[in-house]
Amino acid sequence: MKPPFEKVVAQHGATVLRVVRAVLGHADADDAWSDTFLAAMKAYPDLPADANLEAWLVTIAHRKAIDITRATSRRAIPIADTPDTPSRDHADECHVDLSEAVAALPTRQRQAVAYHYLAGLPYAEIATLLDTSAAAARRAAADGIAALRRTHAPKTESTT
Amino acid sequence: MITSDLTALYPVADGDITRLHARLAAAADRDDLLDVAYRTVDSPVGTLLIAATPVGLVRVAFSSEGHDAVLQNLSDRISSRLLRAPTRLDAVARQLDEYFSGRRHSFDVPLDWQLSKGFRRAVLGHLAADIGYGTTASYGTLARLSGSPKAVRAVGTTCATNPIPVVVPCHRIVRADGALGGYRGGPAAKRTLLDLESVG
Repeated sequence: MKPPFEKVVAQHGATVLRVVRAVLGHADADDAWSDTFLAAMKAYPDLPADANLEAWLVTIAHRKAIDITRATSRRAIPIADTPDTPSRDHADECHVDLSEAVAALPTRQRQAVAYHYLAGLPYAEIATLLDTSAAAARRAAADGIAALRRTHAPKTESTT
Repeated sequence: MITSDLTALYPVADGDITRLHARLAAAADRDDLLDVAYRTVDSPVGTLLIAATPVGLVRVAFSSEGHDAVLQNLSDRISSRLLRAPTRLDAVARQLDEYFSGRRHSFDVPLDWQLSKGFRRAVLGHLAADIGYGTTASYGTLARLSGSPKAVRAVGTTCATNPIPVVVPCHRIVRADGALGGYRGGPAAKRTLLDLESVG
Protein backbone atom coordinates (compact mmCIF):
# COMPACT_ATOMS: atom_id res chain seq x y z
CA MET A 1 0.00 0.00 0.00
CA LYS A 2 1.37 3.38 -1.01
CA PRO A 3 1.62 5.90 1.84
CA PRO A 4 0.24 9.43 1.37
CA PHE A 5 2.94 11.87 0.25
CA GLU A 6 2.85 13.58 3.65
CA LYS A 7 4.39 10.39 5.11
CA VAL A 8 7.10 10.39 2.47
CA VAL A 9 8.13 13.91 3.48
CA ALA A 10 8.02 13.03 7.18
CA GLN A 11 10.05 9.88 6.71
CA HIS A 12 12.69 11.02 4.22
CA GLY A 13 12.77 14.80 4.48
CA ALA A 14 15.69 14.93 6.88
CA THR A 15 17.86 12.47 4.93
CA VAL A 16 17.33 14.33 1.67
CA LEU A 17 18.20 17.61 3.38
CA ARG A 18 21.46 16.10 4.72
CA VAL A 19 22.34 14.80 1.28
CA VAL A 20 21.79 18.11 -0.51
CA ARG A 21 23.61 20.00 2.25
CA ALA A 22 26.59 17.70 1.80
CA VAL A 23 26.51 17.84 -1.99
CA LEU A 24 25.71 21.53 -2.46
CA GLY A 25 26.46 23.27 0.81
CA HIS A 26 23.97 24.94 3.11
CA ALA A 27 23.31 27.97 0.91
CA ASP A 28 21.61 26.07 -1.93
CA ALA A 29 20.29 23.13 0.08
CA ASP A 30 16.82 24.56 0.74
CA ASP A 31 16.24 25.19 -2.97
CA ALA A 32 17.44 21.70 -3.88
CA TRP A 33 15.23 20.11 -1.22
CA SER A 34 12.19 22.05 -2.41
CA ASP A 35 12.80 21.27 -6.09
CA THR A 36 13.29 17.60 -5.20
CA PHE A 37 10.10 17.16 -3.22
CA LEU A 38 7.98 19.18 -5.64
CA ALA A 39 9.16 17.01 -8.56
CA ALA A 40 8.69 13.88 -6.45
CA MET A 41 5.14 14.89 -5.50
CA LYS A 42 4.31 15.41 -9.17
CA ALA A 43 5.58 11.95 -10.15
CA TYR A 44 4.47 10.13 -7.00
CA PRO A 45 1.10 8.74 -8.16
CA ASP A 46 2.86 6.92 -11.02
CA LEU A 47 5.61 5.45 -8.83
CA PRO A 48 5.24 1.68 -8.31
CA ALA A 49 4.09 0.90 -4.77
CA ASP A 50 7.14 -1.30 -4.10
CA ALA A 51 9.72 1.28 -5.21
CA ASN A 52 12.60 2.15 -2.88
CA LEU A 53 11.47 5.64 -1.86
CA GLU A 54 14.78 6.82 -0.48
CA ALA A 55 16.76 5.75 -3.56
CA TRP A 56 14.12 7.37 -5.77
CA LEU A 57 14.28 10.63 -3.82
CA VAL A 58 18.08 10.69 -3.86
CA THR A 59 18.01 10.16 -7.62
CA ILE A 60 15.77 13.21 -8.00
CA ALA A 61 17.89 15.21 -5.53
CA HIS A 62 21.04 14.31 -7.49
CA ARG A 63 19.55 15.77 -10.69
CA LYS A 64 18.16 18.85 -8.95
CA ALA A 65 21.55 19.50 -7.35
CA ILE A 66 23.18 19.35 -10.78
CA ASP A 67 20.60 21.82 -12.14
CA ILE A 68 21.31 24.21 -9.28
CA THR A 69 25.08 23.90 -9.68
CA ARG A 70 24.72 24.71 -13.39
CA ALA A 71 22.46 27.68 -12.72
CA THR A 72 24.87 28.95 -10.08
CA SER A 73 27.89 28.67 -12.37
CA ARG A 74 25.94 30.43 -15.14
CA ARG A 75 25.48 33.31 -12.76
CA ALA A 76 29.28 33.15 -12.50
CA ILE A 77 29.58 33.58 -8.78
CA PRO A 78 32.78 31.76 -7.92
CA ILE A 79 31.76 30.13 -4.66
CA ALA A 80 33.56 26.84 -4.29
CA ASP A 81 30.88 24.97 -2.40
CA THR A 82 31.70 26.88 0.73
CA PRO A 83 29.07 26.05 3.27
CA ASP A 84 27.76 29.08 5.10
CA THR A 85 27.41 29.06 8.86
CA PRO A 86 26.72 25.51 9.96
CA SER A 87 23.72 24.89 12.19
CA ARG A 88 24.06 26.56 15.50
CA ASP A 89 23.55 23.92 18.16
CA HIS A 90 25.85 21.17 16.87
CA ALA A 91 28.38 23.46 15.31
CA ASP A 92 31.44 22.69 17.35
CA GLU A 93 34.76 23.35 15.73
CA CYS A 94 35.26 19.72 14.82
CA HIS A 95 32.07 19.79 12.73
CA VAL A 96 33.02 23.04 11.06
CA ASP A 97 36.33 21.53 10.00
CA LEU A 98 34.79 18.34 8.74
CA SER A 99 31.97 19.95 6.76
CA GLU A 100 34.55 22.22 5.12
CA ALA A 101 36.54 19.12 4.31
CA VAL A 102 33.48 17.50 2.73
CA ALA A 103 32.86 20.64 0.70
CA ALA A 104 36.45 20.58 -0.50
CA LEU A 105 36.20 17.04 -1.90
CA PRO A 106 36.05 16.56 -5.67
CA THR A 107 32.40 16.51 -6.79
CA ARG A 108 32.30 12.79 -7.59
CA GLN A 109 33.74 11.82 -4.20
CA ARG A 110 31.42 14.18 -2.38
CA GLN A 111 28.41 12.70 -4.17
CA ALA A 112 29.52 9.11 -3.51
CA VAL A 113 30.14 9.83 0.17
CA ALA A 114 26.78 11.59 0.59
CA TYR A 115 24.73 8.99 -1.26
CA HIS A 116 26.36 6.05 0.49
CA TYR A 117 27.04 7.30 4.00
CA LEU A 118 24.13 9.73 4.44
CA ALA A 119 21.42 8.07 2.33
CA GLY A 120 22.56 4.46 2.59
CA LEU A 121 22.40 3.83 -1.16
CA PRO A 122 24.21 0.70 -2.36
CA TYR A 123 27.12 1.31 -4.73
CA ALA A 124 25.26 -0.31 -7.64
CA GLU A 125 22.62 2.44 -7.46
CA ILE A 126 25.18 5.17 -6.94
CA ALA A 127 26.96 3.87 -10.04
CA THR A 128 23.79 4.40 -12.09
CA LEU A 129 23.42 7.94 -10.74
CA LEU A 130 27.03 8.86 -11.45
CA ASP A 131 27.05 7.01 -14.76
CA THR A 132 29.96 4.82 -13.76
CA SER A 133 30.64 1.31 -12.48
CA ALA A 134 29.85 0.07 -8.99
CA ALA A 135 33.57 -0.46 -8.39
CA ALA A 136 34.32 3.12 -9.39
CA ALA A 137 31.54 4.41 -7.14
CA ARG A 138 32.91 2.39 -4.26
CA ARG A 139 36.40 3.74 -4.95
CA ALA A 140 35.14 7.34 -5.08
CA ALA A 141 33.46 6.94 -1.70
CA ALA A 142 36.54 5.28 -0.21
CA ASP A 143 38.83 7.98 -1.61
CA GLY A 144 36.50 10.62 -0.21
CA ILE A 145 36.50 9.10 3.26
CA ALA A 146 40.30 8.69 3.12
CA ALA A 147 40.69 12.35 2.17
CA LEU A 148 38.41 13.37 5.04
CA ARG A 149 40.52 11.30 7.44
CA ARG A 150 43.69 13.03 6.17
CA THR A 151 42.35 16.58 6.29
CA HIS A 152 40.20 16.24 9.35
CA ALA A 153 42.81 16.60 12.02
CA PRO A 154 41.60 15.67 15.50
CA LYS A 155 43.20 18.85 16.83
CA THR A 156 40.62 21.58 16.54
CA GLU A 157 42.60 24.79 16.11
CA SER A 158 43.40 24.28 12.44
CA THR A 159 41.38 27.15 10.98
CA THR A 160 43.04 29.74 8.77
CA MET B 1 35.17 7.67 13.37
CA ILE B 2 34.50 9.89 10.41
CA THR B 3 31.78 7.82 8.73
CA SER B 4 29.62 7.73 11.83
CA ASP B 5 30.20 11.47 12.29
CA LEU B 6 28.78 12.30 8.88
CA THR B 7 25.11 12.18 9.82
CA ALA B 8 25.78 14.23 12.94
CA LEU B 9 27.69 16.63 10.74
CA TYR B 10 24.52 17.67 8.97
CA PRO B 11 22.07 18.10 11.84
CA VAL B 12 18.50 18.69 10.76
CA ALA B 13 16.40 20.66 13.22
CA ASP B 14 12.63 20.21 13.42
CA GLY B 15 12.35 23.83 12.36
CA ASP B 16 14.22 23.09 9.12
CA ILE B 17 11.70 20.49 8.02
CA THR B 18 8.74 22.59 9.22
CA ARG B 19 9.95 25.55 7.14
CA LEU B 20 10.63 23.44 4.06
CA HIS B 21 7.35 21.58 4.41
CA ALA B 22 5.40 24.85 4.44
CA ARG B 23 7.31 25.99 1.36
CA LEU B 24 6.53 22.69 -0.38
CA ALA B 25 2.82 22.92 0.46
CA ALA B 26 2.64 26.45 -0.97
CA ALA B 27 4.51 25.46 -4.14
CA ALA B 28 2.38 22.33 -4.60
CA ASP B 29 -0.80 24.37 -4.23
CA ARG B 30 0.46 26.93 -6.75
CA ASP B 31 1.33 24.17 -9.25
CA ASP B 32 -2.04 22.40 -8.84
CA LEU B 33 -0.36 19.36 -7.28
CA LEU B 34 -2.04 19.55 -3.89
CA ASP B 35 -4.92 17.14 -4.50
CA VAL B 36 -5.72 16.78 -0.81
CA ALA B 37 -4.81 19.28 1.93
CA TYR B 38 -5.46 18.55 5.59
CA ARG B 39 -4.99 19.90 9.07
CA THR B 40 -6.32 19.16 12.53
CA VAL B 41 -8.42 21.36 14.79
CA ASP B 42 -9.17 21.04 18.50
CA SER B 43 -12.83 20.85 19.43
CA PRO B 44 -15.14 19.84 22.29
CA VAL B 45 -15.54 16.48 20.53
CA GLY B 46 -11.80 15.87 20.35
CA THR B 47 -9.19 16.59 17.71
CA LEU B 48 -10.82 16.69 14.30
CA LEU B 49 -8.96 16.03 11.07
CA ILE B 50 -10.31 18.14 8.21
CA ALA B 51 -9.34 17.57 4.59
CA ALA B 52 -10.13 19.48 1.41
CA THR B 53 -9.61 19.02 -2.31
CA PRO B 54 -9.47 22.04 -4.65
CA VAL B 55 -13.27 21.58 -4.93
CA GLY B 56 -14.00 21.84 -1.23
CA LEU B 57 -14.18 20.14 2.15
CA VAL B 58 -14.15 16.40 1.54
CA ARG B 59 -13.68 14.84 4.97
CA VAL B 60 -14.07 15.54 8.67
CA ALA B 61 -12.73 12.74 10.88
CA PHE B 62 -12.92 12.08 14.61
CA SER B 63 -9.79 10.91 16.38
CA SER B 64 -11.59 7.66 17.22
CA GLU B 65 -11.42 6.82 13.51
CA GLY B 66 -7.60 6.89 13.64
CA HIS B 67 -6.24 9.85 11.71
CA ASP B 68 -3.47 7.81 10.07
CA ALA B 69 -6.00 5.34 8.75
CA VAL B 70 -8.18 8.20 7.49
CA LEU B 71 -5.23 9.76 5.64
CA GLN B 72 -4.33 6.41 4.06
CA ASN B 73 -7.93 6.01 2.95
CA LEU B 74 -8.02 9.50 1.42
CA SER B 75 -4.72 8.76 -0.30
CA ASP B 76 -6.09 5.53 -1.76
CA ARG B 77 -9.50 6.85 -2.76
CA ILE B 78 -8.71 10.41 -3.90
CA SER B 79 -4.99 10.97 -4.42
CA SER B 80 -1.64 10.22 -2.81
CA ARG B 81 -0.65 13.85 -3.44
CA LEU B 82 -1.72 14.69 0.07
CA LEU B 83 -0.04 17.11 2.46
CA ARG B 84 -0.66 18.80 5.76
CA ALA B 85 -1.42 22.28 4.42
CA PRO B 86 -3.48 24.46 6.74
CA THR B 87 -4.04 27.42 4.42
CA ARG B 88 -6.72 25.79 2.26
CA LEU B 89 -8.63 24.94 5.42
CA ASP B 90 -8.48 28.33 7.11
CA ALA B 91 -12.14 29.16 6.44
CA VAL B 92 -13.38 25.74 7.57
CA ALA B 93 -11.29 25.88 10.75
CA ARG B 94 -12.57 29.36 11.58
CA GLN B 95 -16.19 28.38 11.00
CA LEU B 96 -15.82 25.23 13.10
CA ASP B 97 -14.41 27.36 15.86
CA GLU B 98 -17.38 29.73 15.63
CA TYR B 99 -19.77 26.78 15.57
CA PHE B 100 -18.30 25.18 18.67
CA SER B 101 -18.43 28.47 20.53
CA GLY B 102 -22.12 28.82 19.62
CA ARG B 103 -21.67 31.81 17.33
CA ARG B 104 -22.35 30.02 14.05
CA HIS B 105 -25.49 28.05 13.17
CA SER B 106 -24.71 27.04 9.59
CA PHE B 107 -21.58 26.42 7.55
CA ASP B 108 -20.76 28.36 4.46
CA VAL B 109 -17.88 26.50 2.81
CA PRO B 110 -17.74 24.61 -0.51
CA LEU B 111 -18.11 20.85 -0.11
CA ASP B 112 -16.64 18.06 -2.22
CA TRP B 113 -19.15 15.21 -2.20
CA GLN B 114 -17.00 12.71 -4.09
CA LEU B 115 -16.86 10.22 -1.21
CA SER B 116 -20.66 9.84 -1.26
CA LYS B 117 -22.36 8.36 -4.30
CA GLY B 118 -25.93 7.96 -5.52
CA PHE B 119 -28.60 7.55 -2.85
CA ARG B 120 -26.20 8.39 -0.03
CA ARG B 121 -25.22 11.61 -1.73
CA ALA B 122 -28.91 12.54 -2.06
CA VAL B 123 -29.64 11.72 1.59
CA LEU B 124 -26.73 13.81 2.84
CA GLY B 125 -27.78 16.68 0.58
CA HIS B 126 -31.24 16.73 2.18
CA LEU B 127 -29.68 16.43 5.60
CA ALA B 128 -27.47 19.45 4.98
CA ALA B 129 -30.25 21.51 3.45
CA ASP B 130 -33.36 20.58 5.42
CA ILE B 131 -32.47 19.77 9.03
CA GLY B 132 -31.58 23.05 10.66
CA TYR B 133 -29.50 23.97 13.68
CA GLY B 134 -31.04 23.05 17.01
CA THR B 135 -33.57 20.63 15.52
CA THR B 136 -33.57 16.88 15.20
CA ALA B 137 -35.31 14.49 12.85
CA SER B 138 -35.79 10.74 12.77
CA TYR B 139 -34.16 8.39 10.31
CA GLY B 140 -37.66 7.80 8.88
CA THR B 141 -38.22 11.51 8.33
CA LEU B 142 -34.94 11.83 6.48
CA ALA B 143 -35.85 8.78 4.38
CA ARG B 144 -39.13 10.48 3.43
CA LEU B 145 -37.35 13.75 2.62
CA SER B 146 -35.00 11.78 0.41
CA GLY B 147 -37.92 10.36 -1.54
CA SER B 148 -37.51 6.77 -0.32
CA PRO B 149 -39.68 6.46 2.80
CA LYS B 150 -38.94 2.74 3.14
CA ALA B 151 -35.16 3.14 3.03
CA VAL B 152 -34.82 3.83 6.74
CA ARG B 153 -32.02 1.33 7.19
CA ALA B 154 -30.08 2.71 4.21
CA VAL B 155 -30.47 6.20 5.66
CA GLY B 156 -29.06 4.91 8.94
CA THR B 157 -26.03 3.51 7.13
CA THR B 158 -25.60 6.74 5.22
CA CYS B 159 -25.55 8.78 8.43
CA ALA B 160 -23.15 6.32 10.04
CA THR B 161 -20.72 6.69 7.15
CA ASN B 162 -21.14 10.42 6.49
CA PRO B 163 -17.67 11.57 5.35
CA ILE B 164 -18.26 15.18 6.45
CA PRO B 165 -19.81 14.92 9.94
CA VAL B 166 -20.46 18.05 12.03
CA VAL B 167 -20.58 20.22 8.88
CA VAL B 168 -23.13 17.88 7.27
CA PRO B 169 -25.13 17.49 10.46
CA CYS B 170 -25.91 13.78 10.76
CA HIS B 171 -25.82 14.23 14.55
CA ARG B 172 -29.31 15.78 14.20
CA ILE B 173 -30.76 12.47 13.05
CA VAL B 174 -32.00 10.43 16.00
CA ARG B 175 -34.19 7.37 16.44
CA ALA B 176 -37.97 7.69 16.28
CA ASP B 177 -38.26 6.58 19.92
CA GLY B 178 -36.07 9.47 21.00
CA ALA B 179 -32.93 7.42 21.55
CA LEU B 180 -29.75 8.96 20.17
CA GLY B 181 -28.84 6.30 17.64
CA GLY B 182 -25.31 5.62 16.46
CA TYR B 183 -22.70 8.16 15.46
CA ARG B 184 -19.39 8.02 13.64
CA GLY B 185 -17.73 9.97 16.46
CA GLY B 186 -19.39 7.88 19.18
CA PRO B 187 -22.57 8.59 21.20
CA ALA B 188 -20.84 11.02 23.56
CA ALA B 189 -19.82 13.26 20.67
CA LYS B 190 -23.36 13.19 19.31
CA ARG B 191 -24.73 14.20 22.71
CA THR B 192 -22.18 17.02 22.99
CA LEU B 193 -23.19 18.46 19.61
CA LEU B 194 -26.93 18.25 20.32
CA ASP B 195 -26.43 19.88 23.73
CA LEU B 196 -24.37 22.63 22.15
CA GLU B 197 -27.12 23.35 19.63
CA SER B 198 -29.90 23.25 22.23
CA VAL B 199 -28.22 26.09 24.14
CA GLY B 200 -27.62 28.35 21.15
